[in-house]
Amino acid sequence: MQKAHDLKEYREEVGQALDNEFLRKAMDNFARAYPQGRAKAFAGMDAAALIAEIAEAKDESVSHMEELYQEFKKNAEAAGVKVHRARTAAEANEIIADIAREENCKNIVKSKSMTAEETLLNHHLEAEGLQVTETDLGEWIIQLRHEGPTHMVMPAIHLSRDQVAGLFSQVTGSNQPNEVEKLVKVARRELRQRYVDADMGISGANFCLADSGAIGLVTNEGNARLVTTLPRVHVALAGLEKLTPSLHDALRVLKALPRNATGQAITSYVTWIKGQSECKAAEDNKKSYHIVFLDNGRTAMSKDPLFKEVLRCIRCGACANVCPVYRMVGGHQYGHIYIGAIGLILTYFFHGRDKAKNLVKNCINCQACKAVCAAGIDLPRMIKEVLARIQDEEGHELESRLLSKAMSNRRFFHGLLRSARYAQKMFGTKTSADHKGKYQRHLPMLLSKEHGFREIPKLADTPFRDKFPKLREKVEHPRYVVGLFGGCAEDFLYPEHLESGMETFKGQRVDVRYPMSQTCCGLPLMMMGETTTERDVAKQNIRAFDPAELDYIICHCPSCASHLKGYPNLFKNDPEWHLLAQRFADKVIDYSSFVQEELEMGKEHFEQGGPRAAYHSPCHLCRGMGVHEAPRKLLGTGGYDYVEMKEEEVCCGFGGTYSVKFPRISSQILKTKLDHIEESGADLLVTDCPGCVMQIRGGLDKRGSKVKVRHMSEALAERKKPGGGHP
Amino acid sequence: MSTQDKDEMLRTFTAKAEAVSCVVEEVPSMAKAFDYVVDLCGKKEACKLLISGCEEALSKKAEGLCETKQAKLVAAPNLNKKDFGSLKKKCNDNGFVCIDEGMRDHLAGTDIGVALCQGGIADTGTVILDSDSEETRLATMISEIFVAVVPKSKLFANTYEAEDVVSKLIGKDPSYTAFITGASRTADIERVLALGVHGPLEMHVLLLDK
Repeated sequence: MQKAHDLKEYREEVGQALDNEFLRKAMDNFARAYPQGRAKAFAGMDAAALIAEIAEAKDESVSHMEELYQEFKKNAEAAGVKVHRARTAAEANEIIADIAREENCKNIVKSKSMTAEETLLNHHLEAEGLQVTETDLGEWIIQLRHEGPTHMVMPAIHLSRDQVAGLFSQVTGSNQPNEVEKLVKVARRELRQRYVDADMGISGANFCLADSGAIGLVTNEGNARLVTTLPRVHVALAGLEKLTPSLHDALRVLKALPRNATGQAITSYVTWIKGQSECKAAEDNKKSYHIVFLDNGRTAMSKDPLFKEVLRCIRCGACANVCPVYRMVGGHQYGHIYIGAIGLILTYFFHGRDKAKNLVKNCINCQACKAVCAAGIDLPRMIKEVLARIQDEEGHELESRLLSKAMSNRRFFHGLLRSARYAQKMFGTKTSADHKGKYQRHLPMLLSKEHGFREIPKLADTPFRDKFPKLREKVEHPRYVVGLFGGCAEDFLYPEHLESGMETFKGQRVDVRYPMSQTCCGLPLMMMGETTTERDVAKQNIRAFDPAELDYIICHCPSCASHLKGYPNLFKNDPEWHLLAQRFADKVIDYSSFVQEELEMGKEHFEQGGPRAAYHSPCHLCRGMGVHEAPRKLLGTGGYDYVEMKEEEVCCGFGGTYSVKFPRISSQILKTKLDHIEESGADLLVTDCPGCVMQIRGGLDKRGSKVKVRHMSEALAERKKPGGGHP
Repeated sequence: MSTQDKDEMLRTFTAKAEAVSCVVEEVPSMAKAFDYVVDLCGKKEACKLLISGCEEALSKKAEGLCETKQAKLVAAPNLNKKDFGSLKKKCNDNGFVCIDEGMRDHLAGTDIGVALCQGGIADTGTVILDSDSEETRLATMISEIFVAVVPKSKLFANTYEAEDVVSKLIGKDPSYTAFITGASRTADIERVLALGVHGPLEMHVLLLDK
């Protein structure tokens, strides 16, 4: 849960999580195991098609939530179920407490429900003098510890068997061993008694089927079956977004939910309940059955053109499973009640700005959650939109305002970068042989010592835009006319990447243009929640390039490229600019794909027999642009001996301004990456993104590693044979 | 459906159910299914072999519940009269108690719960069980071993193929329908898989010819 008042306090809490060795190891093991389990579970299935179907069906349900509710209510009531509707979390808790009073219930057993976590139901019922026992093992453990879940599916993933043994020793009054198998059996017996004593069972609902008035419950432990069978009263608490037209929709989600959550084809139990089922503890042999639907902002959300997509979520928890930040800090620091990427978004809507404001800044924007989401939600985009809303509501932060102001005027912004070149002289440059002239000797004042985990590069003496006129070749009968989109990092920090790119194009009859009025792509503005300026710079770039003249707009930075590809999304409400943005975006391609797929350069152009090279796949290239094969093939073409390393497509921890905001997390993510690089035995690490180059090269050099880092364009230029023109 | 398709479905069901630790056997008749149950019950040491928790030190109240359980008990509430009679006789001959009601008197646990299922889903190794009767729900949850008998003729390739059957089950008023796939499981402590957290510790599926 979020208690931090400001970013500083939040960073301190994050720091404590980073220092928790058990947590770090548990999270790391999980992060390594999950992708394989998921891939195996989806083997032979078209996961992408299934996800697209789910997204479409959920969108349809969400847009008819009210009709589905009325239909469900009619059918459920006809079967003797009492249907309640709560506008707020407090109201839901009141309704359930009232039911307990009216039905004269004292002991409650609960099966897992994130919706009940959302309303803090247990606190409310306990304050009313009721005894509540969570029966899902993980939930019971965290209930005994008086804390919230750290994962939506595995709520106690942050705890060790020793901690659980200690806890169970207290509960039973006997010393319990730290063997998982035995601890599970202790819970089995202890909880069995609680079911026997209970007069009310509370469950959640994974599905509420409008056409029958039945609910569906998905569990592995089977506790929901006992919770809904033994006590004489059953209360199901469900968010309105769980309403779905029919069984078929539920079965569709059921194909993805367990596979995406835990890599299971299906959970041990899926239970469908309609009407007042037989209950021998009830007077008339019929269960008293209530369903409480929770709104808590869902209806408003369903009408929001942007955020209605969030209601597609099926609560599989996968967005946490793949998140590099969650992997470092765990769920207590990466959520409030709902965990993971979806948690960052839902916290704002369900628990308010105060709980969400620090959290939403902790997204590194690596797109891993988006790629794995069972409902195809554009989670990173939603997170940034929440950040933008919070900024608009609370007033924009100074640094954010300054950046926005500076970037809105290209001349001013580029002037600032040029003068920064002189300003950095006062920090000095490193003088050792390896690092000479490359890195700043002292960290700029605004960066604390926590930023010392990597070397910070110095700005180039001459930006690419000043060099370009001399580099441009006149090409007769060009095969391609291309515009280079430089991007700030390439233009001002690493012009050599663009120069190397030009070198590889030589003799290929590529006519290269570099429109001087191009500016920042706008991604840093999105990261800061500065959406107005983000749109302004997008317009400047769209104006700078004439799609009619160009075959491609080539980016050496995939973060820029994927952001440029997303320009049409910025103008959804502006048909004229939307069209222009679409024409622009259609031309955008990353450097590696252009060379591999379009130029189709062969081995004959490059010296073969080169060193061993590992490849780091930038987030915005593999997930943002969907490019996986091209760069790896290109390494082979370029004469390198490509060696595979672990987790090539996992983020390096850079994330632009992220690494400045959360240096300790960035540094820990980087550490894993550097370990993988060194374990691979490669002499060279090649990647396609200036941000990754900065992070990884800075980290390796800080470590004193022998492994060199190259942008793909440099790697190719270094082995390119002179001449070898295209016919 | 061709014989080849049926065989394929049978193989898939078996592989998928075994993948979640089910024991899968083919049986030619109900009589053979009951022999299997009795044999299983005979081999099983009541409440000990499977570490169901009785030997663990517990709080007094939970301990008390455990002590209410004595003789080996087979529960089979959803069989027809004739079948139940035949199973009961076989159980009695072997010194086991066999019941078809009164499960609430045995909440500490029974040794084996037997149920005739309404269908099976091959691609996940799932059985479909009409659980409207509270006795059926309890027998299949509080038993240490759950034996599910599934007629081969009622196997479906996947959930979509089973949709009509499930729809009919769910459409009744009231209705309580279960998909069951393997024993009750958890990985909530250190992601270590453990079977039998609340329900059965073992699941056996008997694929019935007739």
